[in-house]
Amino acid sequence: MADPMKIRATLTGDTVDVRVLMQHEMETGQRKDAQGKTIPAWHIQQVTATANGKTVLSAQWGPAVSKNPFLTFKFRGAAKGDKVEISWVDNRGDKRTDEAVIG
Amino acid sequence: MSVMIPTAKKKSALAVAVAALVAFLALVAGCATMLSDNDIAAKATAMMKTSFRESGQAKLDRLDQDDVQATCSQYESAQKLPKDVAERLEKSQMATIRYPADGKMEGNWKAGEAIAQNGTGKQFNDDPSKPSGANCYACHQLTPQELSFGTIGPPLLGYGKLRGNSPEIQKYTYGKIYNSQAFSACSNMPRFGHNGILTEQQMKDVVALLLDPASPVNK
Amino acid sequence: MINRHAGIRALMLWTALALAPGAIAQQKSAVDDIARYRELLQDGNPAELWELRGETLWKTARGPKKVSLEQCDLGKGPGVVKGVYASLPKYFADADRVMDLESRLVYCMVNLQGYAPTDAKKQPFGNGNDRKSDIEALVAYITSESKGVVMNVSLAHPKEMEAYRLGKAMFFHRGGPHDFACATCHGDTGKRIRLQDLPNLLLQSDAQRAYTSWPAYRVSQGELRSFQWRLYDCFRQQRFPELEFTSDASVALTTFLAHNANGAVFNAPAIKR
Repeated sequence: MADPMKIRATLTGDTVDVRVLMQHEMETGQRKDAQGKTIPAWHIQQVTATANGKTVLSAQWGPAVSKNPFLTFKFRGAAKGDKVEISWVDNRGDKRTDEAVIG
Repeated sequence: MSVMIPTAKKKSALAVAVAALVAFLALVAGCATMLSDNDIAAKATAMMKTSFRESGQAKLDRLDQDDVQATCSQYESAQKLPKDVAERLEKSQMATIRYPADGKMEGNWKAGEAIAQNGTGKQFNDDPSKPSGANCYACHQLTPQELSFGTIGPPLLGYGKLRGNSPEIQKYTYGKIYNSQAFSACSNMPRFGHNGILTEQQMKDVVALLLDPASPVNK
Repeated sequence: MINRHAGIRALMLWTALALAPGAIAQQKSAVDDIARYRELLQDGNPAELWELRGETLWKTARGPKKVSLEQCDLGKGPGVVKGVYASLPKYFADADRVMDLESRLVYCMVNLQGYAPTDAKKQPFGNGNDRKSDIEALVAYITSESKGVVMNVSLAHPKEMEAYRLGKAMFFHRGGPHDFACATCHGDTGKRIRLQDLPNLLLQSDAQRAYTSWPAYRVSQGELRSFQWRLYDCFRQQRFPELEFTSDASVALTTFLAHNANGAVFNAPAIKR
């Protein structure tokens, strides 16, 4: 499995603030190496966040997202102690899922 | 306190006192045997030789210092150079300048601008078959259009406008690029000609960038 | 040789330019905007990913002896990680040598975990996700445990004092085809190379600010970079040959610079351009 994400989820009032650091090369497919060969595209394509079984974020990413992406988003409908689960799938079919407890 | 009479007990107390004094003196002497600045400099040079390895075009002889490098290292900065040392260095560096055989000092300012922008050359990861840049913008302002300039050296905006384009100024400018230390001992500016960083044509092009009235530096 | 009036004319021209709003204002705002960009980058520092991996590596049994690094003495006793970086480099009696964090980690990898020295040092700097550096991850973790600690590098031991003096001599050593020394760029106040501000490492306030911001995630590198890397890459740009990882010279220079930063609060791993 790919490298773990670092997830922080904090509840303020009724809103959960989620911050996710992902480790990924996010190669655009436009760069060339020292020999002039194109470095193949390798980037996250699908990101999904769920809380209490419900999808709270669904995103389709492309080559514009930078290396080691930092994602932040907010949602309502969860309480302290609930779990937030983040998953991503990249264009090679590689995937990663991690979860965090809302604090 | 009563007068001390050297009984057997008092004698050993004295011996202890003497021993303590000897130890103290040894400690002080130990501080005095700390390496001198010259010894440290020599040790540092030896240490560097075993702490670096050659890579690409960068061989270990790059750690060896010529007279200028050794002297400038010793005095730490141009500001701390005694006047007579500065004069000696400048004289020796002036003697190294080789002016173009055809007597022409100015080349093409557009080529000069490319050389001024290029920061590669002579690094161990650089291709030695490719020409080096002068990286002028690392330290100097030159054209008004280029905002990404450094301030280690003085701004050169309007260089030719201020000085004119006489043969004297051309010769001075070429010489300064060839060996800046001929004019300013222990200058931070690389000795582009003397150390083989730029070719004669490249130096002529940089002169043009600075002196040609058509160059953006002078507009 | 030079027309002596050129100096006065130069001063007048420069003053005129300084008062001209256009180019100079644009220039200043470029530097300010870069500073704001850097501030915004502080949140979501990818260095945290290296810290996570480093903590795992510290606690995992690895190497020929299948032992973790948790008995490694980084200066405050075996296994103590909190606050150690702020006191490094320091003299270690068991190695009879002044050591920085990386050289101490190599020492523990060799002596505790049974790695050959060449294996321990084979990937000092990472190069992409498939060529990660374990040492860089360990550095990220261990330095993060010194956040908030005041720099306190000691020179009490004679070898520590000697390392400091050797590092200082190196700082002024001009060499290579460009005649560069560390002092060429880092010996003056208020200068910059292109648009990168340069700390005067001989001035305590600048040295404090600079030293306590390493290691850092270098966005342009896409990697967490340590102080050993910083020195290595400086020497590359100085046109010197290659600085050997954890060499005596690297430790001496680190001792000089770290001690100059004494009194400052350590604040890394940071994030830089």
